[in-house]
Amino acid sequence: MSGLPDEWARLGELIPSERLFVDAANLASFESDGLTAYRERPRAVVVPETAAEVIAVVRWCAEAKVPFVARGSGTSLSGGSMPVKEGIVIALNRMTRIVEVDPLDRVAVVEPGVVNIEVSKAADQYGLYFAPDPSSQTICTIGGNVAFNSGGAHCLKYGMTSNHVLGIKAVLATGEVVEFGGRSREQVGPDFAGLFCGSEGLFGVALEVTLRLLPKPECYHTVLAGYGSQEDAGNVVAAVIESGLLPGALEIMDALAVEAAEAAVGCGYPAGAAAVLIVELEGPREKVAAEREKLDGILAETNAFGMRVAQDGEERMAIWRGRKSAFSAVGRLSPDFIVQDGVVPRTRLGEALRRIGEMAAEAGLRVANVFHAGDGNLHPLILYDGQKAGALEHAEELAGRILKMCVAMGGSITGEHGVGMEKREYLPEMFSAKDIEVMKRIRAAFDPDELANPGKMFPGKEAPALSLRGLHPLEEAGVISRE
Amino acid sequence: MRVEPSNPEEVAEAVRSHGRVVAVGGRTKRGLGHWEGATVIEMGGVSGITEYQSSEYTFTALAGTRASEVEAVLAEKGQYLPFDPLWVEAGATLGGTVAAGMSGPGRFRYGGLRDFLLGVEFVDGEGSLVRSGGRVVKNAAGFDLPKFLVGSLGSFGVLTEVTFKVFPKAVETATLRVGCADAGMAVERIVALASGRLEVEAIEYEAGAVWVRIGAPGKALEELCGEVEGLWPGEAERLNESEGGGFWRSLREMEWARGEDCLVKVPVTPSRVVGLEEAMGGCVRHYGVGAAVGWLAFGRGELSRVDEVLKAEGLSGLLMGGGGRRWLGRRREDVITGAVKRALDPEGRFPGV
Repeated sequence: MSGLPDEWARLGELIPSERLFVDAANLASFESDGLTAYRERPRAVVVPETAAEVIAVVRWCAEAKVPFVARGSGTSLSGGSMPVKEGIVIALNRMTRIVEVDPLDRVAVVEPGVVNIEVSKAADQYGLYFAPDPSSQTICTIGGNVAFNSGGAHCLKYGMTSNHVLGIKAVLATGEVVEFGGRSREQVGPDFAGLFCGSEGLFGVALEVTLRLLPKPECYHTVLAGYGSQEDAGNVVAAVIESGLLPGALEIMDALAVEAAEAAVGCGYPAGAAAVLIVELEGPREKVAAEREKLDGILAETNAFGMRVAQDGEERMAIWRGRKSAFSAVGRLSPDFIVQDGVVPRTRLGEALRRIGEMAAEAGLRVANVFHAGDGNLHPLILYDGQKAGALEHAEELAGRILKMCVAMGGSITGEHGVGMEKREYLPEMFSAKDIEVMKRIRAAFDPDELANPGKMFPGKEAPALSLRGLHPLEEAGVISRE
Repeated sequence: MRVEPSNPEEVAEAVRSHGRVVAVGGRTKRGLGHWEGATVIEMGGVSGITEYQSSEYTFTALAGTRASEVEAVLAEKGQYLPFDPLWVEAGATLGGTVAAGMSGPGRFRYGGLRDFLLGVEFVDGEGSLVRSGGRVVKNAAGFDLPKFLVGSLGSFGVLTEVTFKVFPKAVETATLRVGCADAGMAVERIVALASGRLEVEAIEYEAGAVWVRIGAPGKALEELCGEVEGLWPGEAERLNESEGGGFWRSLREMEWARGEDCLVKVPVTPSRVVGLEEAMGGCVRHYGVGAAVGWLAFGRGELSRVDEVLKAEGLSGLLMGGGGRRWLGRRREDVITGAVKRALDPEGRFPGV
């Protein structure tokens, strides 16, 4: 193979040449993921079609000591699927078989390249669905969801990806093929499937994932309301939680995010709102009717304006469209932006937002806020112009201050995007040297040679080159969004 | 030998100063924690809720805290542990519940213990206190050791502190008993309820009937119960409040299994129930969590037969009351389990996996 060292010849025997890329043009499209500020060109990209091919490639990597990065659609916002310079990318986009959907056991067994939304589509005929719904769910893959324990707008009630993964068949970085968990919602013995979820690709590559399916909620009650201040909106969230209601979603967007969404998709959110709140109840119609009464009572006591209740599925989607487009929409306000993903205790949301505002003012940067208010998961979007020297570093400095604030408040540096490459220097903010050392010992048990997705999660690795690119091409096209 | 630490540092000290240790909480699981010759670390003194803010839906407590204490404190704020810990009245501790991986009937609606455990502090095999996970309801930083330790039976470390997510509890609930002529009919009904629109809280099956718990406010509760009764007229009957409450309480204490030496927890799925029913005639049987778990109770003389049947069915069972033996049926054999064991417990201070 041209462009590759001689000892790599064996790789060419494992994967046919039309699915093994070594040329610059093909490699270029794998250089970056959803964290568009960084890029790295791998030595080669392989596109396996079967589990046997993935296993063969990983075993070759283990033998030849070649680092590898498994990749789905490349939507990671933490640089989780950023390639490694001396390594290969294992692109799983052709591992798209839905092996089975079983309405009796209420599980789906899928390959890692299956796109998130496709699982729900396949389960729809049985009245079932796959609950985790990251905003990129029309393009992100189950393999990536598993690796980074992706979230979405419905986590408070239903949890994250790992809460819906029952079993994982995987090839570990050592070449060992393992089966963790199974088909049952219950299990005995240490929870290896739970450990594999969110391991950020540092253990190996998932080959087949067994997912828990839930019955589709019979009906939704989705309310949109505008508020004169973020604090007012935050107080409503607190009141809803205190009331004993358990909404499926509780979301807030600030004025800047609303402005962007309005410009992008014309979502018709209340004009002049400093904050927009979305509350969604779901369940059997009788229960939703009772809960709706309670929610109406709470909202009636607030100074909400421009309140809108979705009357049907279409109106519900219209409300969500603005929210789900918010991140990419911010690209209209600024050539570049960083998406952050901190978590604070819910009761300190108001304080956190105020301090983010102060820090942004000090830094002279604009920050749009979109967040999962129900679980305290903030997504400050820091706007900057990557063409200006030092602008990215300046924005990253602010992002770092925000993350430190989240940890100081007792929260987390990441709610759903993962540490990846982006936040690895902040891991020690949350964990002691001892905690991290134990994680590294576990990593070494799975991957003694540090071949699987090296340079992610743990601090202290050399950063790849900075890129000056703005939006991801798919993002520009409105196909994906960051969250 | 026994040691009685009163805080996490003393637990760490106990691990450092003994060659082989096993942590014990409320002794509610028929000697599941027994390890011949090991120093017993009594966790009862490492107890107390250290943080609870109801509006955060989280609390943190030391591992020796009794589940009953937690449930009482949560109930004052109208909240509960949605996974329904077992053996609460018998004195189960949070640490023991996590290490044994025990969830009850309520697991059906929102998930099991693994889905509500947010963070842990534990002592590793080197005797150091280690933290993993977080204290907020959402967190994706670092490896998810809290989940890994669920069901790990103390093989990788001694839990000293746990943080859980909690939920508001339905103010009103109702219990229905649906008579079923055979296992096939029961499975059909379990699946209908589990896939349907009703969002019931719990579905259990034993001795010819499926038991259903529904939680909803007032009028909605009446309507939802009415629908279940209408689905299977004459076979579905609503229990009065004390009967219903008594059923779930006795179930969480596993009273039905009290007369037998051994108790086995077997992860299953609805499609396995009919086969198990045919093969396990000699055991007292109960299927929980919408037939996600099969419980078998039997006399010690039945051990090898149960083991054989589970092997033949390709199922694994966690054994309680087996006098030191922990596993029945199929065992997963891989290299990684031993490698992770050595990573966390290089000197073999804790029981084997």
